[in-house]
Amino acid sequence: MMNNLIIGPIIIPVIIGLVLVVFKNNLGLHRYLSLFATVLIGLLAVLLLKQISTGGIQVLYLGGWEAPFGITLAADTFAVLLVLTTAIVTFCCLWYAFSSIGAEREQHYFYPLCLFLIAGVNGSFLTGDIFNLFVCFEVMLVASYVLISLGGTRMQLIESIKYVLINMISSFLFLVAVAYLYAITGTLNLAHLSIRVAQSGQDGLLTVVSLLFLIVFSLKAALFLFYWLPGSYSAPPTAIAAIFAALLTKVGVYAMVRLFSLVFYHDPGTTHLFIGALAAASMVLGALGAVAYDDIKKIITYNVVISIGFVLAGFASFSLVGIRGMVYYLLHDMIVKALLFLSAGTVIHLTGTAKIRKVSGLIRLHPQLGWMFFIAALSVSGIPPLSGFIGKVFVTAGVFHSAYYWLGGIGLFTSLMVLYSVMKIFMNVFWGHTNLTAETEKGTTQGLLPPIVALTALTIALGLGAEGIHSFVDLAVDGLLNPNLYIDAVLAQNVK
Amino acid sequence: MKRPNDVILRTVTKVAAVIILTFSIHLFISGHHFPGGGFIGGLTFTAAITLLFLVYGIDTIRKNVSADFKAVAAIGVLISALTGVGGMMAGKPFLYQSSGSVNLPFLGDTILATAVLFDVGVALAVIGTALTIITSIGDDR
Repeated sequence: MMNNLIIGPIIIPVIIGLVLVVFKNNLGLHRYLSLFATVLIGLLAVLLLKQISTGGIQVLYLGGWEAPFGITLAADTFAVLLVLTTAIVTFCCLWYAFSSIGAEREQHYFYPLCLFLIAGVNGSFLTGDIFNLFVCFEVMLVASYVLISLGGTRMQLIESIKYVLINMISSFLFLVAVAYLYAITGTLNLAHLSIRVAQSGQDGLLTVVSLLFLIVFSLKAALFLFYWLPGSYSAPPTAIAAIFAALLTKVGVYAMVRLFSLVFYHDPGTTHLFIGALAAASMVLGALGAVAYDDIKKIITYNVVISIGFVLAGFASFSLVGIRGMVYYLLHDMIVKALLFLSAGTVIHLTGTAKIRKVSGLIRLHPQLGWMFFIAALSVSGIPPLSGFIGKVFVTAGVFHSAYYWLGGIGLFTSLMVLYSVMKIFMNVFWGHTNLTAETEKGTTQGLLPPIVALTALTIALGLGAEGIHSFVDLAVDGLLNPNLYIDAVLAQNVK
Repeated sequence: MKRPNDVILRTVTKVAAVIILTFSIHLFISGHHFPGGGFIGGLTFTAAITLLFLVYGIDTIRKNVSADFKAVAAIGVLISALTGVGGMMAGKPFLYQSSGSVNLPFLGDTILATAVLFDVGVALAVIGTALTIITSIGDDR
């Protein structure tokens, strides 16, 4: 089905961002137009979901150049669910930025940069062409390079050098891998690649190339190769860190899932087992980090690593139940990581320190913040009835179903570590004798709480109302397990 | 400090800048069928402006060209993006381009293409970006 709506989530943030660059002194316009852009993307995503559930996967051939020759955009349920969640999370983070990011950063194009970042993220979700995927990654990364160093504090500059270097290297490897793949198969269109790889039976050479892609996406998604992440994600201001934690690693996960479910799915004994091993390693190492530190930022950034491991454990099982759990958990994780980063960031904003031993009894001064942090902590660790639970159940069931008992065991054990690490923050910071007064606080919660309330409500709603999105999740899982649905939608009959 | 004698450079620049600017427009227009186009045209245009910066100083030139180069770049990309949207308005795919021949006065039978508008956007984006880079490196004292 030809559908021009698919370009919307990519072109809307670009156009609005550019308009904001032209009117760079009108900060009110910046705030409200950028919120408006995310709302518009969210509405488009809902519309697309409706169209996909009735008319199948939607496709757009840019400029009328049909696949496999031109650039194709393909919107299946999995991609559009992620676009929708991206819009919701960005809305909340931008809203939080209104009263926290500061006029200095706002004047230096904070909102346009966020919109360009979203354009890159949405482009990565929606593209049906592997080179275009690379381009969209770059759009996202260039925006993130600026965002991570925006403001130019010493900490940010140190971390941005590491961040830029590691991403340069992984982008270089990405390009090399794309070149290898093009040399072997002669095509860049994902659907066409799927056919060509299936025809050749994915021999050893193609498996090696697939592992090169795996390394690239592991660097981007912080799967096992996550050593840059805890530093980079704790340097920028809260709103930016929350956007990064909620979205950027997920794009790497998405790319990995797309590639290893649509193209390289013939040798799961090698590739998917390898993903499972990396997932186990990042869960264990992430859990060690989360338990070891007593710095709020470090604890929550290591939690990002654990959840990436958990999501990909579900994917590695490559079973119906495991992938269903992965989709649920991915959607949950985007929302709850934004919630966790925003609420923890608010604590740091109030107390002026990230050390959990230096603060106590904050709940007397800020009961709402305390309880919302508590809900976030429970949701992150997958306590029912919050949104993490359903994904965790399905992922664990799927992993055991595929007889990866060690992986399931590690998943469950690290869940306990997650619970311990976030409860450690809660008990130290919010319980005990109140050592701050309203006068000695470093900041106020004015304007910061509404976005946190919205995200908390969302994680509760997603937990209680998991049944409501069940049909969409099942469609997404169906699309991931049946590459033919994607291929039939993208390619005309005569190409196959 | 004694100022270097750059009378030859100044005199040559006055002529050369005009030639380079004209050539950049030529490159831009020929890009539809031959090597050239918005990117190269824009870069050549930037080269002329850069030469003027070097010879007469950034401040002198900025007095005459007061446009915000960042805004120029943004408007350029905006034009390109909107030509893509134009295709959608006509019920065609995003970025769809069309062309047709029109009988213009003086020029006669001329082929006009919407791709030129896209290229105008590219040229403006290149000019804006390159000049932003040059001024932000050059301005820093």
